[in-house]
Amino acid sequence: MRQMDKEAFIVGKSVVFKGELSGSEDLVVEGTVEGKVELREHVLTVGSNGKLKAEVFAKIVIVLGEVVGNITATEKVELRESGSVDGDVTAPRVGIAEGAHLRGSVDMQKKPAVAAAPVQAAKPDAKLAPLPAGVPVSGAPRAAGA
Amino acid sequence: MGLPDGESVRGLRGWLSRLAPLRQGDEGRPDPGEPVDGDPCPVVASKALPKFLSHLETRPAPVLLDLGCVVGPNITYFGDRLNCKVVVEDLFADLERHVRQGERDAFPAFLSDRFRLEAESVDGVLVWDLYDFLDRASARALAAVLVRLMRTDGALFGFFGTGGRSGLGCAKYIVIDDSHLRERARESTLERQGPLQNRDIIKMFDGMRVAEAFLLKTGRREMLFRKGGGGRPII
Repeated sequence: MRQMDKEAFIVGKSVVFKGELSGSEDLVVEGTVEGKVELREHVLTVGSNGKLKAEVFAKIVIVLGEVVGNITATEKVELRESGSVDGDVTAPRVGIAEGAHLRGSVDMQKKPAVAAAPVQAAKPDAKLAPLPAGVPVSGAPRAAGA
Repeated sequence: MGLPDGESVRGLRGWLSRLAPLRQGDEGRPDPGEPVDGDPCPVVASKALPKFLSHLETRPAPVLLDLGCVVGPNITYFGDRLNCKVVVEDLFADLERHVRQGERDAFPAFLSDRFRLEAESVDGVLVWDLYDFLDRASARALAAVLVRLMRTDGALFGFFGTGGRSGLGCAKYIVIDDSHLRERARESTLERQGPLQNRDIIKMFDGMRVAEAFLLKTGRREMLFRKGGGGRPII
């Protein structure tokens, strides 16, 4: 791992990490992480090369790569165009861009996200079709971060 | 004949202003098929969607099963507006994969194990037009699964073609408001199957009843099923 700037660390492309990863600063994953990632007050970015097979807890989660496992964010989850999530997403705000893949549930209940007792993991063999645009549409609420 | 006086002009203007909104369609919304927001994809009116949404509104934190691909604006709409937990299970993609691999015959069996949800855990199901692409065996198998997953009084919203759209491929549907959907073509090799008869659909969803059914000008049948509660089918 290397420090990207004052506040964020990056897990490089060649890094494979297995276990529990927690911290009190932002993290960018471009490598492979298996296990659990916990950044409760910070931002986790899964870069376009990043692969997570993990339960994820963070304030904000931005996915450009692949995540297999459940994601819980206290603020928001952004699934970008190249992102793929096979698992359940729990966050007050969820933005899903066109081209992103998701298999699982999305829970945007207004109660605070609870980190304990993650629900059953998703099946790993999901193949999903591309998404439509996350463009704002008339009469509909704003698509968060899409 | 002289020019109209000021009072007459004001009266005429008022009369015209009352007429003008009628040209813009329902509540000033675009007419069906008219592009909005610069998006060329057609917007279609829905009669059954408002009923479906009304049903979900009666539940405090409804679980909604969406059998189409994940659509960002829909997730936001159902999550924000109705506090839904949205479960996305893209059966179109599953079906396409089976067809591509020459395993269409295995699709009914696949459906029985497809869902991670418990029985009677779902308040609403968005089927969209999936049934237009299913063979009869798959259609029956899926209906049985959905009836099992649905809570008593849960609702299912789907479209059923009447044969007029056989050349078109898959579409994804984006909820614009309570009664309008945007229809956007989806990259797919799936082909529509022969249209289902009403009686076959009703028989298929044994354990549910037709709460609402609309035949739209586009040739699409919109149907809203409810589980339990008895009553005679409306159609």
